Amino acid sequence: MTVGRNPSSDLTTLTASAAVDAMGRGEFTAAELFDAYRAAATADQLNAYLWVAENAPPAPPQDAPLAGVPLAVKDLFCTEGVPSQAGSKILEDYRPPYTASVVARLQAAGAPLLGKTNQDEFAMGSSNENSAFGPVLNPWDHRRVPGGSSGGSAAAVAAGSAPWALGTDTGGSIRQPAALCGIVGLKPTYGTISRYGMIAFASSLDQAGPLTRDVTDAALLLKHMVGQDPRDCTSIGFPGEIGRPAARSLEGIRLGVPEELTGEGVGIDAGVLETFNATLKLAESLGASVRTCRLPHAQHALSAYYVLAPAEASSNLARFDGVRYGARVENGGLLGMYTKTRSQGFGTEVKRRIMLGTYSLSSGYYDAYYGRAQRVRTKISEDFATAFGEFDFVVTPTSPTVAFELGAKTADPLSMYVNDYCTVPMSLAGIPAISIPNGLSEGLPTGFQLAGPAFSENAILDAAFALEQAIGFRSLAPVAARSRA
Amino acid sequence: MSEFEPVIGLEIHVQLATNTKMFCGCALSFGEPPNTRTCPVCLGLPGTLPRANAQAIHFGLMIGIALGSELAPRSIFHRKNYFYPDLPKGYQISQYDEPLCRGGHLGDVRIHRVHLEEDAAKLVHAGASGRIHGSDASVVDFNRGGTPLAEIVTEPDVRSAGQAREWLTLLRTTLRRLGVSDVNMEEGSLRCDANISIRPIGATELGTKTELKNMNSFRFIERGINAEVARQESLLRGGGHVVQETLHFDPRTEAITSLRSKEQAHDYRYFPEPDLVPVATSQAMLDTAREAMPELPAAREQRLQGLGITAGDARQLAWRTELGDYFEAALAAGAEGGNGSAEAQPLANWVCNELVARVGEDDPNASKVRPDALARLVVLVGAKTVTVGNAKLVLDRLVAEGGDPAQIVESAGLGAMTGGDDALDPVVEAALAANADAAEKIKAGNMKAIGAIIGHVMRETKGRADGAEVTRIVREKLGL
Repeated sequence: MTVGRNPSSDLTTLTASAAVDAMGRGEFTAAELFDAYRAAATADQLNAYLWVAENAPPAPPQDAPLAGVPLAVKDLFCTEGVPSQAGSKILEDYRPPYTASVVARLQAAGAPLLGKTNQDEFAMGSSNENSAFGPVLNPWDHRRVPGGSSGGSAAAVAAGSAPWALGTDTGGSIRQPAALCGIVGLKPTYGTISRYGMIAFASSLDQAGPLTRDVTDAALLLKHMVGQDPRDCTSIGFPGEIGRPAARSLEGIRLGVPEELTGEGVGIDAGVLETFNATLKLAESLGASVRTCRLPHAQHALSAYYVLAPAEASSNLARFDGVRYGARVENGGLLGMYTKTRSQGFGTEVKRRIMLGTYSLSSGYYDAYYGRAQRVRTKISEDFATAFGEFDFVVTPTSPTVAFELGAKTADPLSMYVNDYCTVPMSLAGIPAISIPNGLSEGLPTGFQLAGPAFSENAILDAAFALEQAIGFRSLAPVAARSRA
Repeated sequence: MSEFEPVIGLEIHVQLATNTKMFCGCALSFGEPPNTRTCPVCLGLPGTLPRANAQAIHFGLMIGIALGSELAPRSIFHRKNYFYPDLPKGYQISQYDEPLCRGGHLGDVRIHRVHLEEDAAKLVHAGASGRIHGSDASVVDFNRGGTPLAEIVTEPDVRSAGQAREWLTLLRTTLRRLGVSDVNMEEGSLRCDANISIRPIGATELGTKTELKNMNSFRFIERGINAEVARQESLLRGGGHVVQETLHFDPRTEAITSLRSKEQAHDYRYFPEPDLVPVATSQAMLDTAREAMPELPAAREQRLQGLGITAGDARQLAWRTELGDYFEAALAAGAEGGNGSAEAQPLANWVCNELVARVGEDDPNASKVRPDALARLVVLVGAKTVTVGNAKLVLDRLVAEGGDPAQIVESAGLGAMTGGDDALDPVVEAALAANADAAEKIKAGNMKAIGAIIGHVMRETKGRADGAEVTRIVREKLGL
């Protein structure tokens, strides 16, 4: 089904891998491709971009594996001389003197910076409504949210204004927007990709990952992201190389469906559950076995997450004090300047989490909150380890709902937090998980999540590829929906 | 009312003399222009991450070994959270409940723990007060920010200001000997806080303590502790009680002022630093640290005493590393000289008294007196080739010009006259003749009177005569 497109943006209908191949055959140049995307990004109506490159980059070296396919990058990745604001007013027009390791790595591989994408402020949010620069619209329905926090990246890729994008995932911030925008999003094993230059939300959970139109692109981008970085001592690299996925069958693959995340009472929308179950049937037809598995502590994951992540955030965000960079609001003495700068510079959700985290780290409360949450985290890791003794992958719907309407959940933080119910356990365990498009419910995309043991990215990508081929979903949002704005 | 005894624990911050900062690759700063030794990491720019300095960990292990501490096979860094402009991240990376070293002792004071952390930047306050309150403006120099610190915490084993001062001297020498720090209090590479309480002598319970912050010389520490102990005593004697608080001692006015009370104490919200991995102390790291250990002052003091050196001289030589090194070089030079080596005790005496009297606090190794020259001078004295008095004149010449002591003796005609020397006999005879009264008294058994004879001979010989030799000749002449 090809819907009419702006002829000048024909190049933008190609996946990144297809574009690399086409440029290899000399069908067009990297400069033409960049121009096409630059035009699309400049014309973006979704508020997906906070900055778009003004000039085409120099031609990539002949042997650059990514051949000049441009890259959209979430705002919180530091990019030298280019606004890197983490979606926050407190960093408005902050231009760092250095570039994040993973961005530099991808630039060296031939993926020039196309633009910086909108996000929830400091990656705190599941709808992109927490951006200081306004919400991002879902390309499938402009009245709806794209998910978050990497909502700008997901919307740009789904709308065709970027071939692929970088996001970060702390509790689901790549997978959930990927699901809600109908694209592929992968959260790799914690530590495989350098965090150096990512403006931190929760250091022990933050992980960069690709948002792409298909699984093949996810593998290609990931291949050039992984690697140990001496500037991040928590980075460990990836053992071996990320390959190009090619599996057509799921013969012998054992899928575990965790009762705690998908069972009755969890609150997954019927339509989402329907597409999920249909894909399980499809998986069986490809040779997989599907059985229920147990993750006994998974139901506590969200609670633990909302102690640990805000605790780390309360400390990570202390540096935004108006002394050295970013916004400063003078208000008499030092304390006055601190309080005014921070109360005006941060948005409501960020302040809420700083308060939560400050409280849970306070003396007298540390053990009851932070210490206990860490023990839950350990239990959840153990649950997964046990499950992976019997199953190759744990599968769930990525998000309990399809994209919801703007403003629908902003008044109730808890209802917003529940969006991460199925994605947070993997984040706490540090294991890799992918979300692939899983057909529509109510005319909107749903996501299918596959999680595997640490460093099982190649196996995950293979299984996801086989499912993707069988599902046959095309990732670009229909232009009809896109032009409805 | 009963007498009180002070109970004092010390917290010492030592800047480590590493090549680079604790968590980034910046070189350490020694008075460079402000903010020229910085990078995105030590400025705490968004997105940056720390990485621990292996050399600082190595130095930390050496300190632990020197103090006989238990070295943790695994230690972790924590974040200590508080807002201040000299702290660019809003937290200091430090160690909390899993430090690098625990326990141990130095001399008679037990060590509680040793941990690693990063130094804060330097604030400069414009305006009259020189402090942040009431200043017109404050500027930050981040050169110092991120310098590696070892914090050494003692048990409350110190019982007086004088003991604190003496113990800190030993600690400073030990650290200098390890080569892990410049240990210069004026420049801030060694800083000391004291936790002070007092209690009735004989009591076992501890009194309420106060913390006296950041005293920047041994003299101020001694005066500060004395002032605080006196303040607490007068409080208790007046029926009051000590309030737990952090105090500042002003060495100019001797005034003690409160920085903050217990109620105002920070809640640092410590939690494990998620940007760093635990420090796993490997066998190789331990081996490397042990191999790098020099002989420490306490051990050197014992060894020197074993050479027959007095306790006082041995301590001086051991606690002033450069003095000990000079002494050992002189001792070795004498041994290599072949024509009689200087004995340890006389040589130590010459180094600790005569040489120190002339070079003061300066490093004698940088003086014009080469260690082998001093050793030869001591040999000349021992062989009675030169008298002690004239040897001191020779040392004056050595300090001023350097050179060889035997040549100075020769050219200045300072060689000792002995009985075998035909020149001494007639001088003694003349002295007896000129002091007939004294000669009579000596004959009558009053040996004190010999002083007049010796004085006469010394004047005549310009100090070249040996006093003992003169006495021998006098007795011989008077038939005693």
